[in-house]
Amino acid sequence: MASALATFQDAFARALLAADPAADAAAGIGALAAQPGFAVYRNTVMKGCIDALQANYPAVARLVGEEWFRAAAAVFVREALPAQPTLLDYGAGFAEFLSSFAPAAELPYLADVARLDRRWSEAHIAADAPLLDAAALAALAPEAMSHRRLRLHPAARWLWRDELPVFSIWSRNRAGDADLGDLAWHGEGALLTRPRDEVLHGPLCAAGAAFLDACARGEVLRDAVTAALDTDGQADLAVLTDQLLQAGAFSALEPIDHEEPLS
Amino acid sequence: MKDALTAGVGLKPQHFAEALACSAAGLWFEVHPENYLVDGGPRLAWLTAIRDAHPLSLHGVALSLAADADPDARHLDRLAALVDRFEPALVSEHLAWSTWRGAYRPDLLPVPRTAEAMARIVANIGRAQDRLRRRIALENPAHYLRFENHEFGEIDFLVEIARRSGCTLLLDVNNVFVGASNLGYGAAQYVDAVPGELVAEIHLAGHSEDPLHGRRLLIDSHDAPVAPAVWALYERLIARIGPRPTLIERDEHLPSFADLLVERSRAHGVLRADCLAEAA
Repeated sequence: MASALATFQDAFARALLAADPAADAAAGIGALAAQPGFAVYRNTVMKGCIDALQANYPAVARLVGEEWFRAAAAVFVREALPAQPTLLDYGAGFAEFLSSFAPAAELPYLADVARLDRRWSEAHIAADAPLLDAAALAALAPEAMSHRRLRLHPAARWLWRDELPVFSIWSRNRAGDADLGDLAWHGEGALLTRPRDEVLHGPLCAAGAAFLDACARGEVLRDAVTAALDTDGQADLAVLTDQLLQAGAFSALEPIDHEEPLS
Repeated sequence: MKDALTAGVGLKPQHFAEALACSAAGLWFEVHPENYLVDGGPRLAWLTAIRDAHPLSLHGVALSLAADADPDARHLDRLAALVDRFEPALVSEHLAWSTWRGAYRPDLLPVPRTAEAMARIVANIGRAQDRLRRRIALENPAHYLRFENHEFGEIDFLVEIARRSGCTLLLDVNNVFVGASNLGYGAAQYVDAVPGELVAEIHLAGHSEDPLHGRRLLIDSHDAPVAPAVWALYERLIARIGPRPTLIERDEHLPSFADLLVERSRAHGVLRADCLAEAA
C-alpha cells in the first residue's frame, strides 16, 4: 500500500499540471489546491520548463515569436516534463513534437530548425576531447584508408536536408535576423563543432554530411570517401576533409578493432 | 567562523568574467550544481576558473530529499563527481521535493511535516551524505500553503532532522519572512528560535508581491534587492548567533555584478561588525 506521503505527492504532482477540483478533493488535497498559494507552484513549474525550452530553442522562438513559442511550449511541457534536472539538456523531443503539432503545419522547416537548436545544445555540453591534427591525416598512406577510421569529436553535430535551406534559415534566426526574404530555396546542410571553448557553426555540403554519417557508423576512411562520392561525384575530398578537420569534427584517427597498424 | 568565508554571491553565467576578476576579501560564489552536471564544454571550464580563484558552494535544487523515494542514483552519482572535482566549501539542499516518478519539476515543492515524512527525509539525507562523503546543509522552505496535517512545528522538524541525520541547516531569512507573512506567524520569533549551532549558512534574497493577491501572497521570487525587513531579521540573527557564511541570491531581473556586490558588501559589513564587536 502506498504511504500517505506518496499518495500526497501523486495527487500534488497531478494537480500542478491540470486544475481539476473534483480529482483534488477525491485525492485529499482539495483544501490545498483551492488556496491562492497553490498557483505559485503551478506557475513556477510551468515557467521554469518554458523558460528552459525558450533558452534551448532560440532560433525556433525567433521564427515564431515569443507568444506562439510559449503557448506551444506549454503544450509540450504537459506531455513531457524534464526527465532530469539539468535543464540545459531539456527538450530532446521538442523537434518531433513540432513536426506533428498542427498549428506548426504552415512552417514545414520549423522542426528542422528545432533539430539544429537541439544539436547546438548537445555540442555545448558534450565531453571535452583533443582535436585531430590535420598532419596525421595528410601523412596517411593511401593503402591505410582501408583499415583506419576517423573518430568524431564528441561535440560534432550535423544535418543535411535535400530540399530545404535549413542552414540559412536556422543561422539567420539564431543570430537574431528573421528576414528570410532573399532566401535561395535549395538543399543545405549545417555543421556544428566545438574546437575550443565555444560552439561554432558553418554550412555543410551533401557529400560532407554523407562522409560524417559514414564515420558515425564506424566505417573505415575508404568507405567514408565512397559514401561521399556516391552522394556527389564532383565532390573534392581533399577540400572537404580539410574543411571538416579545420572545423574540429574529429578527435582521432584510429585503427579498426583488433587490428594493429601494418607499417 | 569557518575559514574566511564572509558574504558570497549567487553566480550567474552573465557575470562570470567580472566574478572571476573580483578580489573582494572573503568573497565566495554559489551555483546550482544541476547547471554543471554536463560532460564537458565551456560551463565546466568557467566553473574551474572560478574555483581556482574563489571558494565555491554547491546549492542543489533537485535531490528531492522530501520525496517518498530514494534520491535518483544517477543524479546523486553525478553530483558526487562534481563535489569530488570542485571540493566546494559548502554543499546544501532543500527541505522539498521536485523529482517524482521519473519526472523533474523545476520548483521546491512542499510536504506536510509528519513523522512519516521526517523518517523518509532523514533516510534520504543519510543516503546523500554517505554518497557525497560529507555533511550537507538543509534549507528551510518558503511557504504559500496552509496544511491541516502538520504534526510538527517547522523548527522542531528541522532540528530533529538535523539531530537524526547529522546534517546542518541553511537558514534562508527571506523564506522565513515570506512564510511568516503568508501564513501569519512571527518572523522574528522564528529567527530567534533557530539553534545557532546548527546554522552553517544563511541566504538572503528579494521577494515580490503576487500580481493578483498583492501583499497577502508574497513570492520568494529572487527578482529584487533584499528587503529592509529581511536585513533587519538578518542583523538580529547575526547579533545572536555570530557570523555565518551569507549568500546574496538573485535569479531574475539580474542587475549588474557591481550592484550585487553592493548588497554583498552590506552583508559583509554586518558579519565584520559582529567579529569586531566580539573581539573588543
